[in-house]
Amino acid sequence: MLFRAGSVELSSKAPRMTGWTTHTGRAAALRLSNVDTDQLIPARFMSTPRAEGYGRFLLHDTDAHLPEGTTILVAGPNFGSGSSREAAVYALVDFGIRAVIAPSFGDIFAANAVNNGLLPAAIADAPALWDDLPAEIEIDLAAGTLRGPGPGGERRFALDPAQRDKLIHGWDDIDLTAQHGPAIAAFRNDRHANHPWAVPARDQRSGHPTGEDE
Amino acid sequence: MTTLLDRLWASHEILRRDDGASLLWVDRHLVHEGSHHAFAKLAQRGLPVAEPGLTFGVADHYAPTRGTPKDAAVARMIDTLAENTAKYGIACFGLDDPRQGIVHVVGPEQGLTLPGLTVNCGDSHTSTHGAFGALAFGIGATEVAHVLATQTIWQVKPKAMRITVEGQLGPGIGAKDLALAWIARLGTGGATGHAVEYAGSTVRGLSMEARMTLCNLSIEGGARFGMVAPDETTFAYVAGRPYAPRDMDRAVADWRALRSDADTRFDREVTLDAAEIAPTVTWGTSPEDALPITETVPVPETEHARAALDYMGLTPGTPLSAIEIDRVFIGSCTNARIEDLRAAAAVLAGRKARVPGLVSPGSRLVKQQAEEEGLDRIFTEAGLDWVGAGCSMCVAMNGDRVPAGERCASTTNRNFRGRQGQGARTHLMSPAMVAAAAVTGKLTDLRPLLEGRDAA
Ligand code: SF4
Repeated sequence: MLFRAGSVELSSKAPRMTGWTTHTGRAAALRLSNVDTDQLIPARFMSTPRAEGYGRFLLHDTDAHLPEGTTILVAGPNFGSGSSREAAVYALVDFGIRAVIAPSFGDIFAANAVNNGLLPAAIADAPALWDDLPAEIEIDLAAGTLRGPGPGGERRFALDPAQRDKLIHGWDDIDLTAQHGPAIAAFRNDRHANHPWAVPARDQRSGHPTGEDE
Repeated sequence: MTTLLDRLWASHEILRRDDGASLLWVDRHLVHEGSHHAFAKLAQRGLPVAEPGLTFGVADHYAPTRGTPKDAAVARMIDTLAENTAKYGIACFGLDDPRQGIVHVVGPEQGLTLPGLTVNCGDSHTSTHGAFGALAFGIGATEVAHVLATQTIWQVKPKAMRITVEGQLGPGIGAKDLALAWIARLGTGGATGHAVEYAGSTVRGLSMEARMTLCNLSIEGGARFGMVAPDETTFAYVAGRPYAPRDMDRAVADWRALRSDADTRFDREVTLDAAEIAPTVTWGTSPEDALPITETVPVPETEHARAALDYMGLTPGTPLSAIEIDRVFIGSCTNARIEDLRAAAAVLAGRKARVPGLVSPGSRLVKQQAEEEGLDRIFTEAGLDWVGAGCSMCVAMNGDRVPAGERCASTTNRNFRGRQGQGARTHLMSPAMVAAAAVTGKLTDLRPLLEGRDAA
């Protein structure tokens, strides 16, 4: 699968995140809907440096008990709704979670998840799997399918194609974007020349920032 | 056949990949203490900030509202923001700045937020800035690092949804009630994947403050973007603000084009009748768990509702207006602008609060204005604490929190479990409704309390 923007091939730079295409792991049920980001990680833990690990904060104030070794969560609709705190994803990833399967996800959560190699796999009837869990689930990212317990065998999951490509290749957005430097610079100059109001005026009191007065 | 979303998107799209992701130019980037993860990523890679002049820092999430920071961890978060912004040459409205406040209050107040801009911030309520007809959306830490490094963001264009509200809102009923009403109807995931444009005569009649409240709460209905097409109300608000354009005529000429064509089709349309909106409160642990104050605690039909009532300590069938509260909070980027404080003061004037509570203005400039208008005295004479500006009890990061098991009537945006402190029980409502609850010690219909007074 070639990933192109215009005629520029984007896969030339070394990825910062490790991509993946398949994962087989232990799946556990999280029998809750609207699992918001405040449930995933309470705010009081968020001043902790990431290097100290966020796994122990996952679902800290809830009754949920995830068995050790769980790598896949199967939850109810609207998983990750609420805030933009990427720490919610850090808590999942540091615990060892590779994929969350749910009928739907908060938009910002899904973007944050993909930026950290975590798959948000949308399956409308995900809660139908609950009664057969814990069990092993096999995920094929490229095919967009998972094979798990219960009747029905293989299931397809929904994922934005841009997000799927990022997960598979472990692409890092900053590396990808760096290749568009000239296009960005041209856009910026055009915007500031033709829409001078888009540049913040210099504030009279503090003197900053730079802007149309310069 | 073009929507406001189409116009804003097209004017910021640098390129679009085959997989549908657009690279957008970011006109304004706002950072706060929580952005420390992103600055750390940048430092790790030794990258500079691409456009420090388009980036602004605000201390709010951990800002103390009384005295100095509560503990070392809180102080460190605020210091780290000051250090990071200084290091990269980013202007910062920190604790030593008279313009400090909540990022979504300060941006508009300073004229940093304008029609036609893209505005990003590592905070989901960035949708607030869409009230100006801007493409404003919250982003995570990895995305914040990306914006710092490139002043651009990759984003797949959302679907367009329009919520049209027509008619006259009743006295004392406002944007908060409108927002809770639509979220209750569609659910917290109801607008996921969509950008919501608010339209109709009711929305046109709203002040900028009220439009900001409405757009702020878009994310509680799942929409990463909320927006209102700019009009004379918008232009009048922007004019003369410190960072606003000097050549307003030229700016306004461009901004007038920012609207959806009359015959445009949206991916989704919802209409509301303003006359049917009642003062609304939440009873559960999700913003969709909302009902008119005249209703009763519902009989739970889902596992979520059962668990929510259990957490909230409520019994089905209890009139909402019989629920006793322990404290109140008036604040947050949803409802701590000057109009919000006026609305609460209109109910509280000459009355005593039966419960303790905090009133935290959205910014130091809002605080100053409220004091000039004498609103602070109304709050303190009622027995409430008039404190400094910041996120405060909205997110309980600075030490202001609701004790476990206590019930708080709050003007904030999230009644999630533990949001206002571990074990805290939150009921969301408008500032005037919180004021009414303070007066009676129970969730209360504010309308009788407004008789003979002007709803501000
Ligand atoms: S007031 Fe609350 S919702 Fe608003 S920015 Fe602060 S923490 Fe976020």
